[in-house]
Amino acid sequence: MDRLQMRAMLWDMLRARAFEEAAAQGYAQGQIAGFLHLYPGEEAVAVGVLHAAEPGDYVVSTYREHVHALVRGIPAREIMAELQGKITGISKGMGGSMHLFDASRRFLGGYAIVGETFPIALGAAYAVAYRRLPEAVICFFGDGAVNQGTFHESLNMAALWKLPILFICENNHYQIGTEIHRHSAVTEVYKRACGYGIPAEKVDGMDVLAVHAAARKALERVRSGDGPQFLELETYRYRGHSMADPASYRPNVELNAYQANDPIAAAIHEAESAYPSPEAMAAAGADCISHFSDHCCQEGHLDEAEITRLRQEVQTEVDDAVRFAQQSAEPDMQDAWSIFHHNRRYEVLMETAQ
Amino acid sequence: MNELFYWQALNRAMDAEMAADESVITLGEDVGLYGGTYRVTEGLMAKYGEWRVRDTPISENSFTGLGVGAAMLGLRPVVEIMTINFALFATDAIINMAAKIPFMSGGQFPMPLTIRMPGGIARQLGAQHSQRLEHTLMNVPGLRIAVPATPQDAYWQLRQAIHSDDALIVLEHELLYFTKDHVDEAAVAPPIHQALLRRQGRDITCIAYSRMVMLALEAADILAKEGIAMTVIDLRSLAPIDWDTCVQSVQQTHHCLIVEEDCRFAGAGAELSATLQERCFYFLDRPIQRVAGLDIPTPFNGKLEAASIPRTADIITAARQMLGTQGGQS
Repeated sequence: MDRLQMRAMLWDMLRARAFEEAAAQGYAQGQIAGFLHLYPGEEAVAVGVLHAAEPGDYVVSTYREHVHALVRGIPAREIMAELQGKITGISKGMGGSMHLFDASRRFLGGYAIVGETFPIALGAAYAVAYRRLPEAVICFFGDGAVNQGTFHESLNMAALWKLPILFICENNHYQIGTEIHRHSAVTEVYKRACGYGIPAEKVDGMDVLAVHAAARKALERVRSGDGPQFLELETYRYRGHSMADPASYRPNVELNAYQANDPIAAAIHEAESAYPSPEAMAAAGADCISHFSDHCCQEGHLDEAEITRLRQEVQTEVDDAVRFAQQSAEPDMQDAWSIFHHNRRYEVLMETAQ
Repeated sequence: MNELFYWQALNRAMDAEMAADESVITLGEDVGLYGGTYRVTEGLMAKYGEWRVRDTPISENSFTGLGVGAAMLGLRPVVEIMTINFALFATDAIINMAAKIPFMSGGQFPMPLTIRMPGGIARQLGAQHSQRLEHTLMNVPGLRIAVPATPQDAYWQLRQAIHSDDALIVLEHELLYFTKDHVDEAAVAPPIHQALLRRQGRDITCIAYSRMVMLALEAADILAKEGIAMTVIDLRSLAPIDWDTCVQSVQQTHHCLIVEEDCRFAGAGAELSATLQERCFYFLDRPIQRVAGLDIPTPFNGKLEAASIPRTADIITAARQMLGTQGGQS
């Protein structure tokens, strides 16, 4: 991986973090209503996977999808405007935080019913396979989704027809407030994929380089017609399930342990390889340090000044997105009706179907 | 013009659309090698191959959802659900996905998806295989529901459904598959949601859909001999409903009788009754009446099963009562 790629990944991780913190702030200030599920802690997953994707690939995501959308290239302005329910939002204010869609970037949506991403990905991949295109469908889901019937139904069909899907389990260990040991008989999620003959692997979801490498390899297999692949990425969300959740069911020590191994801090240390600061090294957990030392010699060079510049850059972008959203108009009922009827040719099906 | 069974008309419609457009595919349990439980997809797999005619595992929610995802990429899938009873597993795909994605995406994703399934009560299949769920589907914004009663409509409406960019449900009926009638494949189809007057009479308007249209027509024949002239409107579509055709007729006859096989409580008849009294109140000589299925799970016993849904005699009795006549008098 070259310096530019590493810089780009770090940039995306930083903007993801800044975006979500701004969203939390917007929620606290009443600019954003409804359910708001934030991503901090899990950035290495979205960034690692989506930096391995091609523009021709499709992405299907969950209700915790702002960062998937952002890294996929949907402008921060249009995501923030959607969170605020504005007409300038990517879904014109009709979807909201949990339903970001972008046809032009092949972002097939965020889905708020746990387990829905499987059949959507299945259908998209069926269309790709039927057309014999070298494209992949990336299907995100959490550890809580694997006990839904659609998980088993869809994995079976994907394997049966060798459909081009990369299943990405973002295992953050909690289905809302129920820890994985209390919701799953088999807690190593990737093992379940083996039951359907799908190659599966568990990867450290806090290590963006590991995620990227695994995703790239898996996507190559998917595109070359090897059928579905499965990655379980172990990660952690620093916040509760949603803004309405204080996460009182988790011990602080657990959160602290993961934060010590923060994926962004880890990436910074990777990037800083030539000039690691003693404070940064001390702040990072043991894993980060060993990780850093492994890559220290061969990786690119970013100094602290450049990282500061990156932080300023992403903050400017996010501030602009918030301003844009705030200044945008709300949709009116007429907009809702016209969107509802947008694709409707039903009433004009007057002619004989020929 | 051909005499075709209802299932054959559907089969011809599928074949015509698949021949015309490579983006049309069909999937479901036993639609391929087996040819479809009611023979609707017979011969299609041999002609179009397994990628276009796909036998699925018994996984209704996911294969219906597969149809949704494929439609988002521009295919025009026709999902067959073996019976409407199994569609309950697929309600998430139908109601949460197909009906909402076009809207939630701000209009970015059309939903050229057709879902075919038979509903209604056949012959002693037990409560789990003898239900009508149109009331549930009608209540979901974003779904269209066609209810063809004749082979000709089966042919027309399935082709129109496949052409539609909306999620569209073609609700077939198990007892109609082996009814036979003329089908003109070259004739110009009326709009898919337009109600049709199957019979015109000045005294009373009977509004029905699916198999109940046949019962209403039988009743109209018998009533005619008593001097009662009954209009029979075949709704053909439950979402949207062609209100204008219904209103015009009721304004002329001043009597409205609604016949539905579905349970009476909170069903299609309730919606028809409520809206028509809003729109026709000052034209009505009597309150709108409904002949409907009983609000009970369908009994297995044959006699009780028959008694739980409208019979021709029930329609005749209701019409006579509304018009204040007795049987045998004119």
